[in-house]
Amino acid sequence: MKIIDCPLNGPRNAQEFHYGGEVLREPAADAPTRDWSQFVFLENNCSGVVDEWWCHMASSYWFIVRRDRTRDEIIATYSVQEYHTGEEVER
Amino acid sequence: MSSGQVNRLPAPWGTLLERDKPVSFKFEGQTFTGLKGDSLSSALAANGQFMLSRSFKYHRPRGSYSFAGFDSNSYVQVGNEPNVPADLTPADAIISASAQNVLGSLRRDFGSGVALLKPFLPVGFYYRAFFRPRPAWKIWERLIRMTTGLGRISTTAADHPYRDKQYLHTDVAVIGAGPAGISAALAAARGGADVILIEESTVIGGSLNYARFGGSRDDVDLLRRNLCDEVAANSDIRMLTNATCSGWFPDNWLSVAGENRLYKIRARRIVLATGSVEQPAVFRNNDLPGVLPASAAQRLVRLYGVKPGSRAVVVAANSEGDDVAKDLAAVGVHVAEVVDMANDIPVQAVPGTGKRSVTAIEIANRSDPTLRRIIDCDLIVTSVGYAPLGQLACHDGGRLEYDDDIAAFRIRNCPIGGDVAGSVNHCYDLDVVLRDGAAAGSFAAQAAKGSARSSRDVVVDTGANSINHPYPVFPHPKGNEYVDFDEDQTIADLVNAVADGFDDPELAKRYSTTAMGPSQGRLSATNALRIVTRSSQRGERGASITTQRPPFRPVPFSLLAGRSFEPERRTAMHAWHVESGAQMMPAGVWQRPAYYGTTSERERCINDEVHAVRNSVGMIDVSTLGGIEIRGPNTADFLNRIYTFTYLKQPVDKSRYVLMADESGSVIDDGVACRLAEDFFYVTTTTTGSDAVYRTMLRRNIEWQTGVEISNVTSALAAINIAGPLSRQILVKLDCDIDFSQPAFPYLGVRRGTLLGMPVIAVRVGFVGELGYELHVPSSRAMELWSALMTAGQDVGIRPVGIEAQRVLRLEKGHIIVGQDSDGLTNPLEADMSWAVSRKKPYFVGHAAISAFETAPSARKLVGFEVDDGTTSGIDECNLVLKEETIAGRVTSVAHSRELNKLIGLAYVHPVDSEPGCEIEIRASSGLRITAQVVALPFLDPDGLRQER
Repeated sequence: MKIIDCPLNGPRNAQEFHYGGEVLREPAADAPTRDWSQFVFLENNCSGVVDEWWCHMASSYWFIVRRDRTRDEIIATYSVQEYHTGEEVER
Repeated sequence: MSSGQVNRLPAPWGTLLERDKPVSFKFEGQTFTGLKGDSLSSALAANGQFMLSRSFKYHRPRGSYSFAGFDSNSYVQVGNEPNVPADLTPADAIISASAQNVLGSLRRDFGSGVALLKPFLPVGFYYRAFFRPRPAWKIWERLIRMTTGLGRISTTAADHPYRDKQYLHTDVAVIGAGPAGISAALAAARGGADVILIEESTVIGGSLNYARFGGSRDDVDLLRRNLCDEVAANSDIRMLTNATCSGWFPDNWLSVAGENRLYKIRARRIVLATGSVEQPAVFRNNDLPGVLPASAAQRLVRLYGVKPGSRAVVVAANSEGDDVAKDLAAVGVHVAEVVDMANDIPVQAVPGTGKRSVTAIEIANRSDPTLRRIIDCDLIVTSVGYAPLGQLACHDGGRLEYDDDIAAFRIRNCPIGGDVAGSVNHCYDLDVVLRDGAAAGSFAAQAAKGSARSSRDVVVDTGANSINHPYPVFPHPKGNEYVDFDEDQTIADLVNAVADGFDDPELAKRYSTTAMGPSQGRLSATNALRIVTRSSQRGERGASITTQRPPFRPVPFSLLAGRSFEPERRTAMHAWHVESGAQMMPAGVWQRPAYYGTTSERERCINDEVHAVRNSVGMIDVSTLGGIEIRGPNTADFLNRIYTFTYLKQPVDKSRYVLMADESGSVIDDGVACRLAEDFFYVTTTTTGSDAVYRTMLRRNIEWQTGVEISNVTSALAAINIAGPLSRQILVKLDCDIDFSQPAFPYLGVRRGTLLGMPVIAVRVGFVGELGYELHVPSSRAMELWSALMTAGQDVGIRPVGIEAQRVLRLEKGHIIVGQDSDGLTNPLEADMSWAVSRKKPYFVGHAAISAFETAPSARKLVGFEVDDGTTSGIDECNLVLKEETIAGRVTSVAHSRELNKLIGLAYVHPVDSEPGCEIEIRASSGLRITAQVVALPFLDPDGLRQER
């Protein structure tokens, strides 16, 4: 089982986490239906490095995981604040 | 009774045996004796019974090949447990065992007739023969299943022993306690690491227990004793014997199958010291009982004190042939000849009666194969080299690549944090093995402690290229040279697979099934790869073994399952419910009362509970509903975005329905939002939805940067719904600072106050359609309130009410239950909930999808229906609604309403049939088609007079 280094709780078994999908920007509220349906139904599902939402279930803590999906390797984890401000990027 | 332990050697042979402790057991109905320390297979061998099973396809007689559990031919049925490796199962643990894969008896097997059909059963036969005509497969499948299969399983849970799991953490895990593993464990412990040393056998030492390493056995034995003593004395090393590492998962997570316990081990570093498995020479009849690799003969002699035969021929491609010849001679086996494969090659083993034994071996001159001779013998011992047991490293990304310099696989891409040592790393000389183990162990300790250099000392055995025969494959015109004992694959099968176009090892594996049996190619993959690459004229170098997956050995499901452990949540009133005779039922992770009374009186109990709520008063424990507190200036805006309804203008002290959709516009949860202050809402969720709703809210709060504070108070608060025309008069009897009278506390009102000295949030709700109050109080004091209400309502016959009655009550009011009357694709429009979707908001989760639904024609609509004479109709939930022979929808809720004296329900129907007055056709469980009338909702009290009184 993989270990995910949670920014709040430290390294924990992957079993304790809930996957929340790729980090994506929602279309604007009044965007055309086509944009919305693309956003809702079409996963990018790319092979490569992707930023993902993960939640530590026991503490209900959401954070960001940068993962190489081809090699299933976690490159870094960020608190949402770190992720957006760019502070302390590499853990 | 057998003829006794005719092959048993005297002490000191048999280091595992306890001579004063005889054991006896049954195999195939016959009683055998052995000694404590014997494995099942060694005890049988001591009795002269080498044959253990019949092979998978041709039902050929087979015995244990390795005496170390590497081959599936040694799998037997023990009681209710199939596929028990006879080599690894202590004889004293057996009462009765039987052979597997046998039609008739082990000795006379009717299935062996299949072998006569062998010319008609070419490789890939199944794929080519059974796919046409299609209906015939049903017949073929039954026949094929009858003739195959490994053992019989018991389907009764009570027959399985207690099994559990344990989680372990360590700096260094060493897999395999042979010389390399012990040396690695000791070095790691010296380096300050905690070590777990995992050994499949009952004793540690591995090959030190039986091999000579080209020298004196006494020297090796002295070394073994010293090393074992050192391990035993070292408190930093934890031994797990009788434990098989069955999988190596990401981030150094090992699953280790002990006898009755599954260990899950997280190690900072792993040293794989699993050693290697001696490979068969492939010649005609090489699968007969009586053909053994050298290490198997040595195990029998040294570990188990069993004489493996009386007249032996050793066929050797390396110096270990001389070692085993010395061992055999020492126990009185006449070694007729040591055949040096540099000069001579095996042609065939000559079988005895019924192919159950060997009577001779035919040998040919290597340079002139017409020069042949036959040597009488009852034991053929081969020594043609090893294959590393590197499969575990492949579970997490490693690769086994063929290196033709040493004629063996090497491990590439070993998982990060892992290392290999010993013969799995192609070190065979004992000194080199010990040095390699020590180097791996000490580096592992440094790495685990974070003080490692960049890489460990590399140890190379310069003699490794003289161990393995590069091509120990000797085709015979009459065939029966077995490459894979599990699947009965011969040289010709692989050559034909290549000829059929499956010329890559991965393809040849799938087509021929070679290496797909329970031993996962440990004995066959190397030779199969050599044959496939040679016949396809590709180079062997760099060719890779087929993908290896966990488990390394078959692991019983009962071990994976462990103890039955289903955690459940209980409300503060749980004990009271049980004492009061409630039938409890699961609702998500919660336990809730279904109804109060005996199962035989189920219908009457539910009816009485419904009657109480409609005519006097009842109490429902609704603590399982989720409770979420949301605070902050943007709270109303937050709710406006996350729910479909509108909350900006919701007055303080009022409640409002909430409906949650996901981004695809499907209904996922509902509840009630109570505005306790301008900037403070208390929101309820469904019983099963609370965790997901809470998680979603937290995520959205981050994404939208709404900055609200969200707390899940589901466990902190218990809730009681007291409902019925008399509920108010019961409530006012209790000491409370809330005015419960109608004008002061109207329908949908919310009040905070103190009830019996405890803080309470009281909500006027109408889920069951009667005057009613939901009382949310601290869980720690909820039972006190429940008892006080029961006492206060005693004189008017207050009743506890379960969720079955609640389902009927809300159905009479036409209220849906999310998850029962909706499914994963239900949008609010088809569930008749458009009133709960605000059209004025610019945005809410799911708004784009719901807008799209509004313009598209809908495929179904949820409606209320009734059947006048419903009592005998037999309509159940999930019965289909049919429209001209096509499925239009299904019944989602149905109940007989005593109040209305009708069968009422909710169903999805075609939109054209959704207006009141339409008729729909329902196919009842009995198969009868019943006509029902669509009616307006609610069924009862359309003006809501009951809940507003």
